[in-house]
Amino acid sequence: MTLRVEDARLLSGRGHFVDDVDLPGQLWARVVRSQMAHAIVREVDTTDATAAAGVRAVLTASDLPDLVLPVRTRVIQESLEAFQQAPLARDRVRYVGEPVAVVVADDPYAAEDAAELVGVHYDELEPVLDAREASSLDGPALFPGRGNIAAELEMGYGDVDEAFARATHVTRAELSVGRHSGVPMETRGLVAAWTDGRLEVWGTTKVPHFNRRVLADLLDLPVERIRLHATDAGGGFGVRGEFYPEDYLIPYLATMTRHPVKWIEDRSEHLVATNHSRHQAHLIEAAFDREFGLLALVDELWHDNGAYIRTHGVIVPDLTLSMLPGPYRVPAYRGTAHVVLTNRTPCGTYRGPGRYEGTFVRERLLDIAATELGVDPVELRRRNLLTPGELPLHRGLSAIGTEMTIDAGDVPGLLDRTMAEAGFDAWRAEAEDLRSGGRPVGVGAAVFMEKSGLGPHEHGGVDLLPSGAIRVTAGSTSLGQGVETVLATIAAERLGVLPQDVTVVLGDTDLVPDGVGSWASRSTVVAGSAVAAAAERVATLAREAAADALEVDPADLRMSGEGFGAAGYPQRRISFGELASHASEGIGARETFEVDRMTYPYGIHLAQVEVDPDSGGVRVLRYFIGYEVGRAILRDLVEGQLVGGAAQGIAGALLEEFRFDEGGQPLATTMADYLMPTAAEVPSIGVLISEDWPADSNPLGVRGAGEGGATGCGAAIAAAVDDAIERPGWVRSLPVSLEHVRTEA
Amino acid sequence: MTERERIAITVNGTEHEVDVEPRRTLVDVLRHDFGYTGTHVGCEQGVCGACTVLLDGEPVRSCLVFGVQAGGADVRTVEGLGDQEHLSPLQEIFSSAHALQCGFCTPGFLMLVTAFLRDHPSPSDAEIREAVASNLCRCTGYQNILRAVRQAADGAAVSDGPAAGDVS
Repeated sequence: MTLRVEDARLLSGRGHFVDDVDLPGQLWARVVRSQMAHAIVREVDTTDATAAAGVRAVLTASDLPDLVLPVRTRVIQESLEAFQQAPLARDRVRYVGEPVAVVVADDPYAAEDAAELVGVHYDELEPVLDAREASSLDGPALFPGRGNIAAELEMGYGDVDEAFARATHVTRAELSVGRHSGVPMETRGLVAAWTDGRLEVWGTTKVPHFNRRVLADLLDLPVERIRLHATDAGGGFGVRGEFYPEDYLIPYLATMTRHPVKWIEDRSEHLVATNHSRHQAHLIEAAFDREFGLLALVDELWHDNGAYIRTHGVIVPDLTLSMLPGPYRVPAYRGTAHVVLTNRTPCGTYRGPGRYEGTFVRERLLDIAATELGVDPVELRRRNLLTPGELPLHRGLSAIGTEMTIDAGDVPGLLDRTMAEAGFDAWRAEAEDLRSGGRPVGVGAAVFMEKSGLGPHEHGGVDLLPSGAIRVTAGSTSLGQGVETVLATIAAERLGVLPQDVTVVLGDTDLVPDGVGSWASRSTVVAGSAVAAAAERVATLAREAAADALEVDPADLRMSGEGFGAAGYPQRRISFGELASHASEGIGARETFEVDRMTYPYGIHLAQVEVDPDSGGVRVLRYFIGYEVGRAILRDLVEGQLVGGAAQGIAGALLEEFRFDEGGQPLATTMADYLMPTAAEVPSIGVLISEDWPADSNPLGVRGAGEGGATGCGAAIAAAVDDAIERPGWVRSLPVSLEHVRTEA
Repeated sequence: MTERERIAITVNGTEHEVDVEPRRTLVDVLRHDFGYTGTHVGCEQGVCGACTVLLDGEPVRSCLVFGVQAGGADVRTVEGLGDQEHLSPLQEIFSSAHALQCGFCTPGFLMLVTAFLRDHPSPSDAEIREAVASNLCRCTGYQNILRAVRQAADGAAVSDGPAAGDVS
């Protein structure tokens, strides 16, 4: 028996990914992209491309209605429309990779040939590449008359000025995080077909119901005439499935040509066209009292959002600010974010958005402060971590539009347990020994808070089928995280069957009535709770139907395996299949789980690294994660999420970065340039999954586990590198730069 | 580039013929001409290994091989290992070790590891890590893939001959 219900199809090559969809009469699209970072578009000459063999159509902005792509996650009142992206650039291009035209041809090779024949004539402009400089009004602007600031965010509580006035010590630091992204193994792709007066689309897995509403709006079609089909997705990590320019262009071309149209992003396109993330510069200050107690935190950040505001709006800088105080007792706080537009690929979320960045910044500040104050960094944290008795804590901040209440937990306790389980003291002693023998080895620790289980609601349905099988539907989508298995397990536990007996239907807008989708570590929490309620309802309905059929009291029935039996009467049995067949309207239930607040998991990351003084390379020797998940539905899957997240987080700290030259040309356009880690770079990662503090926001008690594997990596690795080269507070930016390490070591 | 050439390729024991442009890659021939969609395209740059198939027994990046270069060859893809109802022992171990999440890179790893274990029936952990480092996975952090290959190697070593004390 396989561990997950997804596994058999994926292992046997029978998965159903978007590039596996080929329809009769299908055409292929190829997007012509800007080769300039910032330029006026003088002319787009499509004559040669249109005349090329096999070409059916070439579209430019002048062929399309004037519209922009939407913001999905709105956290501020102000309109961002002036900065939102059009499907094809009109008049001006603002990043290398921006769609300028699209070619449709009989096959993908012909489409790619013809795309090279599209002549785009540019007047090059000076690129805007430094977010802090660009936030002043002088100099070149992406949006003439509007400057380069898309939004200014400010939040906080308490009297910060008074706290700094009475502080006995103030620590300041300038810190930055580079540009990374999710880079799933499967690039984006879409197939769209106009069939019998309906538009069908494959490849949008993440938030299909939202994307359907957007398409309906932009194409002026009723929503019921659009069907988004489920496909497997080769990784999500925040970037896949958002509404991108192609999510308009490909369906538009299908309605226009009346042919199925397919578009599969190639990897070089992906690295310039799909959302980037992170990329922030911070100026952070902390005020301490004589007992090393934090009095206040002040953070000002410049968020380089690239050329446009996309579907995530300003959610990443918003989350950075709201989650910055994290698991600490911070009596006063002020956070300011400048959301700056530059001539780079637009940004969105990537696993742990805002928390990876904010955790790096806050934990670095504490490490630097510990050195200045002459106190052990772990001890400084212990003094300032929230204790169980201080929770629940109303933070006085809002995160993704929800009031932030840190519900329950024991962060100092988890810190102690994690250090003990990992043997952190022994790691430290070993590092000291090795350093005295000339090997630069060091250790670092980071503490962080995550968020999960965002509402406002999710739907779950459970039906008994005449075959005896059980079908679950939910508004979540399968991005490889194992949500099918999780939902099958939740339903199976309540109906006395095995997860393998449950069929899970997700992501199809015809089969699932509505859904908020899979993001923000929400699916197990919110969809899981809805499915649990539906399964419990079905268990009750089935018991009542069985009692009627067997003419016994419902309380005398025992549910087992595939149905019900009357206690003491082995021959009086009825199966789920028989019950479903006999009930005129079937047996099923649909439930909606609503929640207006998030849950806050928290964790500890520990690292031991060695610096190679010759190359400047950093090798992670040991890594350990302690994480409070409230309750784990399937521990193997939680561990898989944490370890996989850590591989991404560690790579973001040491390897991965989208760099650009001074003209705004991207320098990472292949997987040989964007340094994804292999098995040679990812260390063995130990995990402690804690289930001590069930969340009270949901009946399952779960806290989401999708992101905490990544969140603490930058902070823990930076501290370990400092320790290895015996320069406390030395690492100020991520990824840790090889040449800088070499000089210092 | 419209001149086409007729090629015959045996895939998982079944012979297929197709007329292809010389520039058409083997992975496009397998996926779009023959329908073996289990082999995936991750980068078209030879870096990620998602498209790994066995070409006359050797693992290759099928995005870096032209279809015409595989004319007359014997190709093995993930579909040849075992189907959904009858997974091979290696596929079973990948599941039980939770060595896959989204599953997009998995067919490439399965083909890579099939050849690796054939050539290295008793690999060291370092050899396993080196082999697994040939391909990219973005979900698992590799830990469970390494564990699966270790288990597959150990299981295969036992099944090569009767275990001690086994008299059946």
